[in-house]
Amino acid sequence: MATLVLDDEQKMLREAALRFMAEKAPVSQLRALRDGDGAPYDAATWAAMAEMGFPGALIPEEHGGAGFGHVAMGQIMEAGGRTLAASPLFATGVAGASAVMLAGSDAQKADLLPKIAAGELLCALAVDESVRHTGKAPATAAAPSGDGWTLTGAKTNVADGAIAGLIVVSAVTPEGATGLFLVEAGASGLEVETVEMADSRATAILRFESTPAAALGEVGQGGEALGRLLDICNAHLAAELIGVAGKACEDTLAYVQERKQFGVTIASFQAIQHRAAHLFGEIEQARSLALAALSGLDEGVEGLPRLISAAKAKAAAVADLATNEGVQLHGGVGMTDAFDIGLFMKRARPAAQLFGDERFHANRFATLSGY
Amino acid sequence: MFDLEDFRADTRAWLEENCPASMREPVRDERDICWGGRNFEFKNEDQRLWLERMAGRGWTAPTWPEQYGGGGLSPEQAKVLREEMARINAREPLKSFGISMVGPAIIKWGSEELKQEHLPKICRGEIRWCQGYSEPGAGSDLAGLQTKAEDKGDHYLINGQKIWTSYAHKADWIFCLVRTSWEGKKQEGITLILFDMETPGVEARPIRLISGASVFCETFFTDVKADKKQVVGEVNKGWTYAKYILTHEREMVSAIGGDASAVDALGVQSLDAVGADEQGRLDDPILRADIARWEIDQLGFRLTLERAKDEAKAGEGVGHYSALLKYAGTELNKRRLELKVAAEGMGGLAWEGQAWKGGALAKEWLRSKANSIEGGTSEVQLGIIAKNVLGMK
Repeated sequence: MATLVLDDEQKMLREAALRFMAEKAPVSQLRALRDGDGAPYDAATWAAMAEMGFPGALIPEEHGGAGFGHVAMGQIMEAGGRTLAASPLFATGVAGASAVMLAGSDAQKADLLPKIAAGELLCALAVDESVRHTGKAPATAAAPSGDGWTLTGAKTNVADGAIAGLIVVSAVTPEGATGLFLVEAGASGLEVETVEMADSRATAILRFESTPAAALGEVGQGGEALGRLLDICNAHLAAELIGVAGKACEDTLAYVQERKQFGVTIASFQAIQHRAAHLFGEIEQARSLALAALSGLDEGVEGLPRLISAAKAKAAAVADLATNEGVQLHGGVGMTDAFDIGLFMKRARPAAQLFGDERFHANRFATLSGY
Repeated sequence: MFDLEDFRADTRAWLEENCPASMREPVRDERDICWGGRNFEFKNEDQRLWLERMAGRGWTAPTWPEQYGGGGLSPEQAKVLREEMARINAREPLKSFGISMVGPAIIKWGSEELKQEHLPKICRGEIRWCQGYSEPGAGSDLAGLQTKAEDKGDHYLINGQKIWTSYAHKADWIFCLVRTSWEGKKQEGITLILFDMETPGVEARPIRLISGASVFCETFFTDVKADKKQVVGEVNKGWTYAKYILTHEREMVSAIGGDASAVDALGVQSLDAVGADEQGRLDDPILRADIARWEIDQLGFRLTLERAKDEAKAGEGVGHYSALLKYAGTELNKRRLELKVAAEGMGGLAWEGQAWKGGALAKEWLRSKANSIEGGTSEVQLGIIAKNVLGMK
């Protein structure tokens, strides 16, 4: 089994990411974006992230990335979760980069990965076709057209779908195989409907009508790549959810240490202490799972999809618990917009839903376990 | 790293050669557990041989110093040994409160004389220990204990009563908390002393439990003479040592939910009793969901046990793990047995007779209810986490 402590390089990167997110992408930035003129992310912050090497953390050096690996990228995702950093990092640096690395041809890798690593090309991954992630094969149809393809169908739950320059789309070929395809923003027959979500981030519904597309790598291998791609996405969403849960817990602890009733801090009450201690323990155990999943992606481990489903399920459950307990223990002010705890609750749910919530992954875990 | 790989290869070869085949079978009942001690009856020759061979290498206490009968292994080597034993499903050669509880305290605070007297016998499984902590009036409030030890020059005269003393009726020696001072704070008048359970005036009475078994005792002390040389560390400093031992106990109890990946595959193990649908899923979707959630939590717990060991090895030891793991591990074990009993239906509730292993599961299920009470209740553990780790006050 892989070691479950960070090495020195990963520790340094974690510290740097925590500092960066706290300084450059704090919760106040999310509030400003939400209340501002509709910019989906802060361009200067994204440029600074690119300088730090974040979008290229998974991309090998030969393609312009930093090659830090999944454990390291997970630390960045967790740091972003702690400040609710609203950036294209997940859709571009995790989903987009991994799609190209897993499925892309050599020419596509050479062309696209350096742009992704530099933060110049934003990506989105369009998989779901219903409001809940199902894990079923796509109904969106791909048809050969000249030396390329066209897509017809609809996708939903597409994070950054309205701002991406490049959209990775799963679709079924005439032979019934699942393939991954690239669609460029502004392509003909592509209709984009933006949906503002509870977490103040935009997701998109995409409709394709004979929309021109290019196959990502070999079409026949798209199904296998998609499975691995979703596993990668879920491991990193688990890391983000650990960040959301961890910071929600810390903010709540700080609040109960300060809030006085009956002449004492409410942190002195056993009823509050036991709930906080239970929550802390749950987060630590979810953290172990997320770390094992990430290091499994780096080093390879038997039963990785099962481990990743366990990690996502537990992280989602713990983020629910942390934010529910957080609002409750904040009392009345937990219901106000002025306090951050509500924003953590509003991020925890969509991050859990994306590519399968706790129930989806508990079910998948059971199936993969053989029962 | 090379050294560690060499060590792994040597260990693997040695275990292959020396671990009897029957010691690689899952533990099925109490008699499969080797407790050692003066009056212990080995279930079979393999059990005796396995203990003797492992003790011969010092591997009953892998990280203890060799001079006292331990293996002298580094934490990394000990982890390799654990992994290699797990690889072949080797049983623990010895289950011992001496190794898991009093031994570490003797190593840390005991006199050289005490170390030489007790540690080698602990490693060889010659002396079985019990823990004299709780009293009828001192449970969660352990520091309120009243068992009195009067200074009589070269010995203490001990009078009082302990309760929930696990296996006191089978133990050879006791490590016992006694009150040597009534002045100042209650924590500052406690002494940790060792004495033989055959000393006149010691009486252990088993208590019949809801599981039908009697592993806990009421233990009475009437004018028991205990040699002063058997005081661990300093007089009136016993509370510090007691807490240290409790930390080790918590680790041991939390390992109940953590060892043996055999117990983790609850879903697959339930297929026979519950049945499967045409897709091979457990034929009760709600039970299947409950089991999946338990297995996920259990996996998170086991990885946290490993992480705690990895962090300790990397010198990042954070003291908060023992309370957290004790709480989580015992609650998980209780949940496991609830689910197992549910999966087995009425068979899980059978008590006597030939069918369903004569009620073994029902008794194990009831026994597990003590997991979150003994060694500090779940509520005490949560309080420790809240105060000592989270700084809540």
